[in-house]
Amino acid sequence: MLSIKDLHARVEETTILKGLDLDIKPGEVHAIMGPNGAGKSTLGYVLSGREGYEVESGSVSLEDKDLLDMEVEERAQAGLFLAFQYPVEIPGVSNMEFMKESVNAMREARGEDALSSAEFLKKAKEACKQVELPLDFLKRGVNEGFSGGEKKRNEIMQMIMLEPKLAILDESDSGLDVDALQVVAKGVNSQRDGKRSFIVVTHYQRLLDYIEPDYVHILSNGKIVKSGGPELAKEVEKSGYAWLKEGEVA
Amino acid sequence: MSEQIDQALERKYDAGFVSEIESETFAPGLNEDVIRRLSEIKGEPEWMTEWRLQAYRKWLKMDEPEWAHVDYPKVDYQSISYYSAPKSMKDKPKSLDEVDPELLRTYEKLGIPLHEQEMLAGVAVDAVFDSVSVVTTFREKLEEAGVIFCPISEALHKYPELVKKYLGTVVPKGDNFFAALNSAVFTDGSFVYIPKGVRCPMELSTYFRINEQNTGQFERTLIIAEEGSYVSYLEGCTAPQRDENQLHAAVVELVALDDAEIKYSTVQNWYPGDEDGKGGIYNFVTKRGLCEKNAKISWTQVETGSAVTWKYPSCILKGDNSVGEFYSVALTRGKQQADTGTKMIHLGKNTKSTIISKGISAGRSNNAYRGLVRMGPGAEGARNFTECDSLLIGDQCGAHTFPYIESSNPTAIVEHEATTSKVSDDQLFLCQQRGLDPEKAVSMIVNGFCKEVFRELPMEFAVEAGKLLEISLEGSVG
Repeated sequence: MLSIKDLHARVEETTILKGLDLDIKPGEVHAIMGPNGAGKSTLGYVLSGREGYEVESGSVSLEDKDLLDMEVEERAQAGLFLAFQYPVEIPGVSNMEFMKESVNAMREARGEDALSSAEFLKKAKEACKQVELPLDFLKRGVNEGFSGGEKKRNEIMQMIMLEPKLAILDESDSGLDVDALQVVAKGVNSQRDGKRSFIVVTHYQRLLDYIEPDYVHILSNGKIVKSGGPELAKEVEKSGYAWLKEGEVA
Repeated sequence: MSEQIDQALERKYDAGFVSEIESETFAPGLNEDVIRRLSEIKGEPEWMTEWRLQAYRKWLKMDEPEWAHVDYPKVDYQSISYYSAPKSMKDKPKSLDEVDPELLRTYEKLGIPLHEQEMLAGVAVDAVFDSVSVVTTFREKLEEAGVIFCPISEALHKYPELVKKYLGTVVPKGDNFFAALNSAVFTDGSFVYIPKGVRCPMELSTYFRINEQNTGQFERTLIIAEEGSYVSYLEGCTAPQRDENQLHAAVVELVALDDAEIKYSTVQNWYPGDEDGKGGIYNFVTKRGLCEKNAKISWTQVETGSAVTWKYPSCILKGDNSVGEFYSVALTRGKQQADTGTKMIHLGKNTKSTIISKGISAGRSNNAYRGLVRMGPGAEGARNFTECDSLLIGDQCGAHTFPYIESSNPTAIVEHEATTSKVSDDQLFLCQQRGLDPEKAVSMIVNGFCKEVFRELPMEFAVEAGKLLEISLEGSVG
């Protein structure tokens, strides 16, 4: 599904990713953990092609297509979805309009016809239900006046509607209480179908109690320094990231 | 701001073509003889010629206003031709079949078919080409309701008393430099009369087209809504793409008698000039409405065109309980300059006004809101609410707000809110990450910003206005 080889990337003058390798097969869930400043969010932005995040070297392919060669929207259309840590507001544009444009842009890129209003509405209702958002949510401006929890659930709702091949969840757990966390996790789990892959970026192990990863990677100083199964996350929970620093020194 | 937005903003101007039509055009220049000749061609009554000459004499003594936040080379008023009409219009075609097909094609190309069966049901159109009205549709149907909708030149012949009674009562002939010029040389425009208690059965609309080179367009619109009547009116404007600047100095007067309501919408898309500010229309327009008791006037404007805009649709709230509204979207890009806003003059008791202004600036353009809210001594319990929002696209444009508030009545309440925001990289990135190209993304963000105003437009035109914004923001990406 996704293959990252020796990826170096910088923001302005600072190199953040320093030789990152990662291989994700269809259906797999990979958790990326690490201390603040390790480059976790940067990875999501680099993969999705955000302006200002410059790749210095290395390669990334999504289903054998060169991801780094594509525009932001082309990567999205190719099936890459990023759930934002801090989703931005678009005042006056309703969630409904926004998602309709989005869903149809993806369909168009795949050579499919646009959804009719009725078909779209059905799909939207379904998605809202999955993340326990009321229907009038669709009429509100995108993220306009949403609480932190609503914003996160809204991101997952969008993911459900867009049916990506690879979804990157950037700290989708931050700022959530346990109930909201479970809703978000349930939404994600409902989309695990054996083909769709996920990168779950998180600072805490907590989310991984609800979304069980196949692999856990520890990202530190722009590199994956340790990989393992779900037990690695538990280890981090117990001993924090302090051991990393010791490791570096050694 | 990102390069992508700049690309997304590279604009095409779809209405920029020139029609090959043989015209009768006056030699450039303005003096009393030109005005007399113009009046004579139009077969106007003596009093009208005299009225024009009085306006001209006032104009000669006036100075071009310089207080607006716009900068353009002085207009040479002697280099402009003050009359141009398609030759084929000389014999006054009686029906559409007699109208020069090239003229009809021009409007068709602009998306305004003039054959009634092809038109938007429920919209009557007066098509003004350079200095004359080409055709007015659905007239019989309107006549049945007692509504008069015809070129003002024709109204001067058919209903001279009505014209004489109201012309210049809201915008006096010496009101300002451009209004005085218009009063002296106006050539055509629309005349609307809605009788007492009548709800006009359809939307009325005038479509203005400047075609001829080096001509000015000076149209005059007069709308009279008798007691308890209602009318919704829309005007649209386009012009060919030319390297020279062309002058458009219109005057619109609205009279809403007791309990009447006039809704006046404008979709203005005059040629804005090229990227470097070459060419484009100077849009210097005076629009004002008078509200008697319980009357309501609502101005809605979507302004995307013109090189320079100087325009303040206003309401004089003379009657008690009268209501004035102003909803505006003004988009500037390239080197466009707009100084636009409104004046709400509260004279009567319990008068209310609402101002919602949305300015969008992109490229190297400058967009200013200038608004006056005046509460007169008699404006007991009057209220105003003003919301003034600016959206910036890129970092080379400017947005300015000049609110003027004058209150002579302590019971009057005036509220003013203003915001300035930017189309952010974050918003753009979110949209793109959801599969939208930057062009679509910008147009969606801008449309969202304008929603409150679009809601006020008649439905068919709200769609059109949204599309117009999209086209104005359109360009080749990638």
